[in-house]
Amino acid sequence: MELTAFIIKAIIILVIFGLTLLIAMYSTYGERKVAGFIQDRLGPDRAGPWGLLQPLADAGKMFFKEDFIPAQANKWLFIAGPCLAMLTALMASAVIPFGSTLRYDGIEVAVQGVEANIGILYIFGVVSLGVYGIMVGGWASNNKFSLLGAIRAASQNISYEVAMGLSIVAILMMSESLSVGSIVAQQHGGNWNIWYQPLGFIIFLTCAFAECNRTPFDLPECETELVGGYHTEYSSMKLGFYLFAEYINMFISSAVVSALYFGGYNYPGMDWVYTQLTAAFGDIAGHNVATLLGTAVFFGKALFGVFFFMWVRWTLPRFRYDQLMNLGWKGLIPLAILNILITGIGVLFIQPSLTAFLK
Amino acid sequence: MQQLTNRSKQVSNKEMTLAERIYLPAIAHGMAITIKHFFQKKVTIRYPEVKRYLGPVFRGRHVLKRDADGRERCTACGLCAVACPAEAISMVAEERQKGEEHLYREEKYAAVYEVNMLRCIFCGLCEEACPKQAVYLRHDEFVPVFTERDQVIWGKDLLVEDMNNRYLREAWTKEEAHAQDLKKAAGAISHVEPRAIP
Ligand code: SF4
Ligand code: SF4
Repeated sequence: MELTAFIIKAIIILVIFGLTLLIAMYSTYGERKVAGFIQDRLGPDRAGPWGLLQPLADAGKMFFKEDFIPAQANKWLFIAGPCLAMLTALMASAVIPFGSTLRYDGIEVAVQGVEANIGILYIFGVVSLGVYGIMVGGWASNNKFSLLGAIRAASQNISYEVAMGLSIVAILMMSESLSVGSIVAQQHGGNWNIWYQPLGFIIFLTCAFAECNRTPFDLPECETELVGGYHTEYSSMKLGFYLFAEYINMFISSAVVSALYFGGYNYPGMDWVYTQLTAAFGDIAGHNVATLLGTAVFFGKALFGVFFFMWVRWTLPRFRYDQLMNLGWKGLIPLAILNILITGIGVLFIQPSLTAFLK
Repeated sequence: MQQLTNRSKQVSNKEMTLAERIYLPAIAHGMAITIKHFFQKKVTIRYPEVKRYLGPVFRGRHVLKRDADGRERCTACGLCAVACPAEAISMVAEERQKGEEHLYREEKYAAVYEVNMLRCIFCGLCEEACPKQAVYLRHDEFVPVFTERDQVIWGKDLLVEDMNNRYLREAWTKEEAHAQDLKKAAGAISHVEPRAIP
């Protein structure tokens, strides 16, 4: 009994882990395709049909490059940098609920790495650890450009984390829970948080862009000013890890956005689908199929999020550094606090009177 | 000043409105433009499979013409070699023997005629210099990519025209080329597709 639950959980975790890596891998391909299409080009299409083997070719190229460590660099920290970036990027997906539950042999297992009642805090903790990967790598390179890039990344992440946290507080006030699982479960059907928190959503999304170091906030790796930013000195697969971590972060952020604001695995009309499926396949199989459908919907939302990240990247120019800080401290943080106030008023006064009125 | 397009906008330093300052409408506008391009027809030409028509005056690889009776026109006068700014052409002259009149038009001919395709800059001066209208740069064939050293120097075996597949240029003068362009623009398809010969 315990063992079956454990095995199912292990399989779920492995599948999610593999899928995350696969998606990150194909994001590199998708990024170039999207860039090409937006610029009226075709993008990579030579490796395999439609260029589908391009990520493999890239990985092969990365592995065969010289793995160079500068003489004056701090060797161990230089290696630890990309490892940390990769590690933290992969850890964040542990508490994201990718689906509701799977039933097998009388037990119910949630499609989620760990059901933690402080899920949101865990995600924030791990994501903000990610800046260490950049910081350590940039510092250990013993190169001024790298160090400047790393400092930029660190200050940018810290500034935007504040606004991001504050925009989440409004959601927490509504859901009265820190567990991502129950936040998603509360958005059952079409009852998504985005309808109640449009302002919070925009703040969160902007901060997510800044946290992932994506355009328009990709100042840490701004080529025109900083050569390559924090990964100037990196080559071979260490550089690959940094780039890879960025794509994983992108996917995780999209997954978090879709879990917090777009109802996660919920979709309109899912109750109807559920009854149809259980009627057709029986209780257990129907339930599992419905769950898998929900998971597919969740991945669809997250992938659209990734596409959105790319779409923005190939549309907007990069911010200047003072504009970035102005926007973070003078724009987003006050707005987020305002959002909390409005939500508080809504939860305290408007909601009870509305429910009383409707009764 | 006269405007070249009607899309230019006057720049001004006026205060930005609130909608401009929060930046989001502008972002939405920009993203609408990029997504429109996302679904537009792509301009890419997938080169080795699809080749563009390069026009009737494109200067590709050389050809040594024969006359209507199949005799080589070149008389090994060396004017092309003198004209060539890249010094890419070299030749060895030979006197025509009795009984070779069906092979060579003039009493003197080029026994060896070589073009170094790595030196050649495809300027077309050899074509202009030739008094016998013997050497031309084809508009429909490229020099292919070299993979070996000995592919670089092209001898008479590659250069002399094949009588079964004669080289015809579609337009000679600027006016003819222009008329050709108009015909192409109107949808008439040229029978010549550029190709690289092996
Ligand atoms: S095209 Fe110009 S460079 Fe080439 S062989 Fe003729 S004259 Fe020389
Ligand atoms: S190709 Fe023309 S210019 Fe050159 S040697 Fe022959 S006849 Fe003279």
